[in-house]
Amino acid sequence: MISQFFVLSQRGDNIVFRDYRGEVQKGSAETFFRKVKFWKEHSEDEEGDAPPVFNVDGVNYFHVKVAGLHFVATTRLNVSPSLVLQLLQRIARLIKDYLGVLNEDSFRKNFVLVYELLDEVIDFGYVQTTSTEVLKSYVFNEPIAVDTAQIPALGPASIFMQGNKRMPATAITKSVLANEPGGRKREEIFVDVIEKISVTFNSSGLILTSEIDGTIQMKSYLTGNPEIRVALNEDLGIGASDYRGSGAVILDDCNFHESVHLDSFDVDRTLSLVPPDGEFPVMNYRMTQQFKPPFRINALIEEAGPLKAEVTIKVRADFNSSINANTVLIQMPLPTYTARVNFELEPGAVGNTTDFKEANKRLEWGLKKIVGGSEHTLRAKLTFAQELHGNIMKEAGPLSMTFTIPMYNASRLQVKYLQIAKKSKADNPYRWVRYVTQANSYVARL
Amino acid sequence: MAPPHQQSQRSASPSQPSGKSEVTDLKSQLRQLAGSRAPGADDAKRDLFKKVISNMTIGIDVSALFGEMVMCSATSDIVLKKMCYLYVGNYAKVNPDLALLTINFLQRDCKDEDPMIRGLALRSLCSLRVANLVEYLVGPLGSGLKDYNSYVRTVAVIGVLKLYHISASTCIDADFPATLKHLFLNDPDTQVVTNCLSALQEIWTLESTTSEEAARERETLLSKPVVYYLLNRQVVFQQIVSYTLIFDELNLGVGNAVWHNIKEFNEWAQCLVLELVTKYIPSDNSEIFDIMNLLEDRLQHANGAVVLATTKIFLHLTLSMADVHQQVYERIKAPLLTQVSSGSPEQSYAILSHLHLLVLRAPYIFASDYKHFYCQYNEPSYVKKLKLEMLTAVANESNTYEIVTELCEYAANVDIPIARESIRAVGKIALQQYDVNAIVDRLLQFLEMEKDYVTSETLVLVKDLLRKYPQWSQDCIAVVGNISSKNVHEPKAKAALIWMLGEYSQDMQDAPYVLESLIENWDEEHSAEVRLHLLTAVMKCFFKRPPETQKALGAALAAGIADFHQDVHDRALFYYRLLKCKVSVAESVVNPPKQAVSVFADTQSNEIKDRIFDEFNTLSVVYQKPSYMFTDKEHRGTFEFSDELGNLSISAEPGDAVVPAQIVEANDKDLLLSTEEKDEGREPGINGSAYSAPSYDGSSAPSATSQPLADLSFLSSSTPGQAPSSSLAIDDLFGLDFSVGTAATPSPPSLNLNPKAALDPSTFQQKWRQLPISISEEYSISAQGVALLTSPQTLLRHMQSHSIHCIASGGQSPNLKFFFFAQKAEEASSYLVECIINTSSAKSQVKIKADDQSSSQAFSTVFLSALSKFGLP
Repeated sequence: MISQFFVLSQRGDNIVFRDYRGEVQKGSAETFFRKVKFWKEHSEDEEGDAPPVFNVDGVNYFHVKVAGLHFVATTRLNVSPSLVLQLLQRIARLIKDYLGVLNEDSFRKNFVLVYELLDEVIDFGYVQTTSTEVLKSYVFNEPIAVDTAQIPALGPASIFMQGNKRMPATAITKSVLANEPGGRKREEIFVDVIEKISVTFNSSGLILTSEIDGTIQMKSYLTGNPEIRVALNEDLGIGASDYRGSGAVILDDCNFHESVHLDSFDVDRTLSLVPPDGEFPVMNYRMTQQFKPPFRINALIEEAGPLKAEVTIKVRADFNSSINANTVLIQMPLPTYTARVNFELEPGAVGNTTDFKEANKRLEWGLKKIVGGSEHTLRAKLTFAQELHGNIMKEAGPLSMTFTIPMYNASRLQVKYLQIAKKSKADNPYRWVRYVTQANSYVARL
Repeated sequence: MAPPHQQSQRSASPSQPSGKSEVTDLKSQLRQLAGSRAPGADDAKRDLFKKVISNMTIGIDVSALFGEMVMCSATSDIVLKKMCYLYVGNYAKVNPDLALLTINFLQRDCKDEDPMIRGLALRSLCSLRVANLVEYLVGPLGSGLKDYNSYVRTVAVIGVLKLYHISASTCIDADFPATLKHLFLNDPDTQVVTNCLSALQEIWTLESTTSEEAARERETLLSKPVVYYLLNRQVVFQQIVSYTLIFDELNLGVGNAVWHNIKEFNEWAQCLVLELVTKYIPSDNSEIFDIMNLLEDRLQHANGAVVLATTKIFLHLTLSMADVHQQVYERIKAPLLTQVSSGSPEQSYAILSHLHLLVLRAPYIFASDYKHFYCQYNEPSYVKKLKLEMLTAVANESNTYEIVTELCEYAANVDIPIARESIRAVGKIALQQYDVNAIVDRLLQFLEMEKDYVTSETLVLVKDLLRKYPQWSQDCIAVVGNISSKNVHEPKAKAALIWMLGEYSQDMQDAPYVLESLIENWDEEHSAEVRLHLLTAVMKCFFKRPPETQKALGAALAAGIADFHQDVHDRALFYYRLLKCKVSVAESVVNPPKQAVSVFADTQSNEIKDRIFDEFNTLSVVYQKPSYMFTDKEHRGTFEFSDELGNLSISAEPGDAVVPAQIVEANDKDLLLSTEEKDEGREPGINGSAYSAPSYDGSSAPSATSQPLADLSFLSSSTPGQAPSSSLAIDDLFGLDFSVGTAATPSPPSLNLNPKAALDPSTFQQKWRQLPISISEEYSISAQGVALLTSPQTLLRHMQSHSIHCIASGGQSPNLKFFFFAQKAEEASSYLVECIINTSSAKSQVKIKADDQSSSQAFSTVFLSALSKFGLP
């Protein structure tokens, strides 16, 4: 049970503020913001960000940060932190469903609609419903669209907005209430298999740890709520004991959205569900089975004289040449005394950016695009302001890499087919099944 | 003229009006539109209303517009209506007179033909929070609860709860709780049922402090039929019908009653139901398995809150079955790990906190999954810190090498706070005794990294290691000796280095000279802690190498005695006098032979850890504190009710191996708080095994008994034999009436107490919970009495001499707490007393409960006369 809910902008302004029970003082938003902003100074231990839950004078503050906004709930009771944090996340998603885009601008333009939602989502501090579907009948304001052109990437699905011509860019930023011009809704459904991979390589390039955290996300704009069947790899195994022959994909564990029926899942690995409106995860899964990492990284730092060192970074794309990785960024902390860095790219390199971030002594190498099968090298000559003691290897690194690879999934989990139980034959809804792999934590140690 | 509150707004966006002039402006515009029926008027109103709400949101007081807003509210436009409701709800409380204006249109809307309007109006009506308007709520609420539309009913149920908070008596007088109970058991709509459950829990919990009936009703929520009604077990349907139903309505309506399946509830309601089930006590093991099988698939839910609530049930249900409990740990592992990695970092944090709690109870469960807790470079620091704690906790013989290797990587990390934490984690693992050999080497390598913060953290650790493993001193000293004290700045690290210099001065060649140079810079040393250590170290050094240190010692003592810091001054003076007395005596005081520390004092007692475990899936786990430490008393009750019921029976099961009984030292400061919990019916859960009372007799408590309070060390066992004869004599002196036979008509002041009264702890606890408080008063204690209270035993002996026996006591000065009991001489009628003594104010608060209420006044007189004589000759 929560007492208040509010959303603060990055600067700490109230964008919406709802007091459900009147048990927490009105100045809570300010207390919260001051605490979060000055968290580092307040704590003795110079720790980083404020934790998602903290207590000030008997009031518990819960917050999640979505799209640069603080979603906050307060209560004096000893409630389940998991429940409240999940609720905040859900409210954010719900609002995104209705506004199409979630950012400060859309929020400010539509705050009355947001109040309408909040009124129905929580009554006297008790959660009523967070179903986009159910809430539709209680919302009377129409969303005011914001300019979607300059919207920063939000959420995993937003990556489809760039560089994929096959689908309309507006689809993902469309409100569940929006209609196409002409009054008819476009019948379509998106199924996205989004995988975040974490890999750590040791200094000799061997894999120390690797994990895939995947989500099958769905966003349905179908009318009449037809039932949908999603078929996954037939030989998909779940749990280490569930061995389905060599080459089979084995997940460590998975969980499902409450709308999913698993009646035939054990038999043929199909999920059936009546998708509710809005965006939601059909299934989350986790895999630690070995997989082929999309990139091999070699990084080397060598002393080249008393005040000099040389860094060599080699990246090889270990995937099919028909696939491209986007927005690749490689970062590496350099020794504290580094004063200057001279970069040396391969001849003919395009779309490369190199930078030395003086403030935090970090090397950054950006590549707009990496084609499957290609290899790229960067050399950097470092000049130190002071002589180094000790082991230079301990002073630099580890190297980390972020990237997005559309139409690639590391786990080989697949949506074999997507069946829509149609009521009328006239419409053939658009079905989008898309894959994307992103780096979660992709690290190479020196 | 700038309005005064304008400055308080940090930065209103330019599109938003701010300040008084805007409000006046809005006011006149609203006036113009109020009566307008012109086309487009609604749109204009919408814009104006939006401006008003926007002002309200950013904190500008727009209550001045109340009248105008109400005037404009006569509209059929639902968007306008909703904004108006929002506005009215916000300001009615501060404008109770104006709020009356809204009653009319809200009441009318409560009868609208559109159920949506009815619901909205009813919700707003109940949200006014104005006490003198409650009379207008009863009617609409009554019809709302009977509405054919489920939306209106869900709103009405919460409306009843709102009414209760405005005026409990109105709510009770209208018999709304009974109506809710009926809906709870019969409504086909799950959200109505859910809201009824929320509302009834809150209402009955609050009522139960004064009403026996409400307390009983509250208990029935936990009865088998209700729990099964919510969970819907077809399998045991037959059993329920034959079961003696507490809820007669269920019994009558069983043929056509709606039975819910937990899966019909939405995920949030599921959490509520699951929380209720946690408190339910199944009658036997097969029922436990039924419930667990039914809820098994909840562990696969995508919502982490559902998974945790289910986990809590599984863990608590199986506490008494050690082997099944282990299986539960195995079962919940994978789903919880998935929750950690699939959610937002905030959610991961919440789940990881719970994993951390579990791993402390069962370290082996994640021993092979340690790689899941490796930090990722882009995680927020609050997640990383928890993961480091996890790594420390899961380390064992088989994985220590890998974990420490990983931690060493973080130690060189650019993220300095995490690097520090990592070094501390390595140290903690070393102190856990696994593979110390390799770890010491690693720690010493840290010192060679020559990073200030690494060196600092490492020095502190090396010091702790040496206290535990003196055998490593040669290796450590060799490396530590190379560190220049000039490169160590942090007080903790400096203190650690100085301690080592003092402790191992015989092995560190230049120890006296290093200390000497530190003493020369005495005035520049800002940390009192460091100066204190310096004094002690130079003393130790002096005993070992007198000629070399004498000069430094003199300088240190002189500087110390002149120090402005009280402790430093006192210590220096103390050392000086000791030395003056006799050097050998000084040595035996300052540097006696030491034993290696085997276990460092744990910061948290097991009692607290158990308490946190009882409060699984709450903030207690995240804060790592039981709820009483961070929650106001009045906010504790609602969710925690009747926990003790469940826990008593759980701990009553024998073989409660997971929760080792613990005896906590008498002076544990938490005792007061823990006993304090006992005094009211709605206290948070107290696991029987977590309960502790001081053991004054020093004997260890029987840990294997099946008593719910097995770990309490009770005085009662020793009381009967000790004092009876003398106490009889003293009672005589008081001139109390000893004539047996007058008990039938007790004349108040005469009361005979049984000097050999005996009461076992669990009976005491049970009675204490059941009986109402007969007398609650405050008294003063004599100053002599307070002086004697430095040892609680004095009071215990004194009271015992008056045939009043102590069953448990605790607390820390100035607040001491005692539980006493006494029994009538002629019959088994007991008196129970809680006595809190504040030694600084010399006041005592006494609460008396009695089997025989009519004689409680008489007992009170006896008790107080005994208490008032305490300390007097």
